[in-house]
Amino acid sequence: MKVTLFVPCFIDLVSPQVGVAMVNLLEKLGHTLEYPEKLTCCGQPPFNSGYWEEARRVARPVLERLQNAEAVVIGSGSCGAMLKKFYPDLFAGQPEAEAAQALSDKCWEFSEFLVNKLGVTSVGAKFPHRVTIHDGCHGLRELNGKQPIRKLLQAVEGLELVEMKEAETCCGFGGTFATKFPMISTAMGEVKCASAAETCAEFMVSNDSSCLLHLRGLMDRTGQSLPTRHVAEILMCS
Amino acid sequence: MSSPLPLSQFKRDATRLSADLTHRERLQTAMGKYQASRQPQQAAFHDWQQARQVAAETKWDALNHLDVYLKEFEKNATARGTRVHWASNSEQAREIIVDLLKKHGAKSVIKSKVMTSEEIHLNALLEKLGYSVVESDLGEYIQQLRGEGPYHFVFPCMHLSRAEISDLFTEHLGTATTHDPEELTMIARRVLREKYITADVGFTGANFIVAETGMISITENEGNARLTAALPRVMISLVGIEKVIPRLADLALFLPMLATAGTGQPLTCYNSMYGGPRQPDECDGPEEWHVILLDNHRTRLLADPEQRDALHCIRCGACLNVCPIFKNIGGHSYGTTYQGPIGAVITPHLRGVQDWKHLSSASSLCGACTETCPVKIDLHHHLLQQRRNAVAQKRGGLEGLLWKAFAFCMNQPVIYRTMTKMGRWTRPLHRWIQGSWLDPARAWTRTRELPPLPAETFKDFWRNRKG
Repeated sequence: MKVTLFVPCFIDLVSPQVGVAMVNLLEKLGHTLEYPEKLTCCGQPPFNSGYWEEARRVARPVLERLQNAEAVVIGSGSCGAMLKKFYPDLFAGQPEAEAAQALSDKCWEFSEFLVNKLGVTSVGAKFPHRVTIHDGCHGLRELNGKQPIRKLLQAVEGLELVEMKEAETCCGFGGTFATKFPMISTAMGEVKCASAAETCAEFMVSNDSSCLLHLRGLMDRTGQSLPTRHVAEILMCS
Repeated sequence: MSSPLPLSQFKRDATRLSADLTHRERLQTAMGKYQASRQPQQAAFHDWQQARQVAAETKWDALNHLDVYLKEFEKNATARGTRVHWASNSEQAREIIVDLLKKHGAKSVIKSKVMTSEEIHLNALLEKLGYSVVESDLGEYIQQLRGEGPYHFVFPCMHLSRAEISDLFTEHLGTATTHDPEELTMIARRVLREKYITADVGFTGANFIVAETGMISITENEGNARLTAALPRVMISLVGIEKVIPRLADLALFLPMLATAGTGQPLTCYNSMYGGPRQPDECDGPEEWHVILLDNHRTRLLADPEQRDALHCIRCGACLNVCPIFKNIGGHSYGTTYQGPIGAVITPHLRGVQDWKHLSSASSLCGACTETCPVKIDLHHHLLQQRRNAVAQKRGGLEGLLWKAFAFCMNQPVIYRTMTKMGRWTRPLHRWIQGSWLDPARAWTRTRELPPLPAETFKDFWRNRKG
């Protein structure tokens, strides 16, 4: 299958290894990849801040460029939800309304793509470690994606999955929320990190690098040493 | 002293309480207990998701035919001697209430839990006019003694420890110190029993208005609403118009649903229906019953087709109980009658978008509220729409410019690339200003580290790979 990658800006800039792992894995599974280099951001930051006109300006090139894709795979539940769920809202009543709906139908968050579209759960990875999952809210509730990441991790050889009590609780990132209300965001992150620590896991894994960026920043400050990984990185371990 | 603007008050209190670990621990423990008791009750429903759907459709029907159902209620209630009043806003409601108290020469009022009265600031008004007003719900009574509003519209004093309540009783009632919850309840009961007997007017709210029978339904756990309704000569009920449901049979779903989502009970301990004042062949009950139907800008929300499902709300409080924001900042930070996600959605409609829009921004949009809501209000998406509406009404000066610049830069791959390069070059300098007022990322770096920037972006990787 010809797969078009949409790599969110924070993965491009801060966690490129996640994009690299996705590329390697999808190629290993025999798919042809294309990556529209000129695309930058999905438009979620202005969208979530109420600036929909600006969001449309950012989203239009994405919409145009991805129009002819066969399948679009997005390395984050949050940006995935933006393209799949919120573009139709953003462009409702606009000339691009139909195009937004058409794009929505072929957008997939990475772990959802593997499990629900390709029917793949085992990719031959080995990771002999104790792992806990953080459910990113957008992937979990907008895309209804609780299971794919679990199915993928359960199929990894040697991996011990231990659920934390607050797996489904928001980590407090929330995009611009993290800087508009930093103290609330921090408190939420602390609750999450404490819950992850209770599991004695060696790694915290998610399908959303933006949440991990927030939690990583918090743990680096407080000195909590729990490494964070995107699920794609785990799947490339052998 | 003038009170601070809603936004300043919110930021001040939310910031303080977010860092208060004792407060956080108390809330997280309480809400953990709520979850533990709710889960088995919810599982006892044959199909909870289907129940939610039916409840949402019933409420949808009621709200889209308010004109029919409210009039049906009025007709049926009036037929049994109830007086029905219509109040468009809080001024009208206050006027109706004060006139009734005057007409009956009343001096004292006993109240069961009435959130609508918080909405119209009734207690402060009546006290100013010289009436004695006593709250009979234990949590509300405690809050009244403290001189503050409810912390949570279902659990008014959940933020207090037993020791704090004991100290409060000692201070106001002169009772001995005790940390035994039963004994604390008995202290309040001794005081309140006396009040029921001597009060001239009993004041209640309602959980549901039943159009078909002209009744109201009140659910509670302490029996205080029953006494408030039964003992005084005159009963007044102040009810929001959105509480109407078409049929008595609808309660078969709504009563267990409210108890499950609200407190994790199969049913609350007391469920009463009131169908009129004392009838000629009856030996007890109030001589007069007045029901005041309160709009107070609910119709403004009804006029918004996108968000009007927020009027489905049965005030169970479940969205507060699962909200990670509420669980860190508590109820008083909101500065509203209705706290949490539902408060953030309806308050801008009830009290003005520009003054209350910050509540919709103070959300990570995680959607836990929408997932838990028994009547399927699309809460977190409404917060998103609220942000859009607030900007459409009035653009933020600096923020508006920033997003314009953001959109411009993101649309120019060359600028995007130049900026990422500049970011990497200037990054080593950041540590000199980190945390100071010069630091543009201060909101982040006060409590969090910035991520290290890798030497190669994904775009670099892709380009190099192609060769």
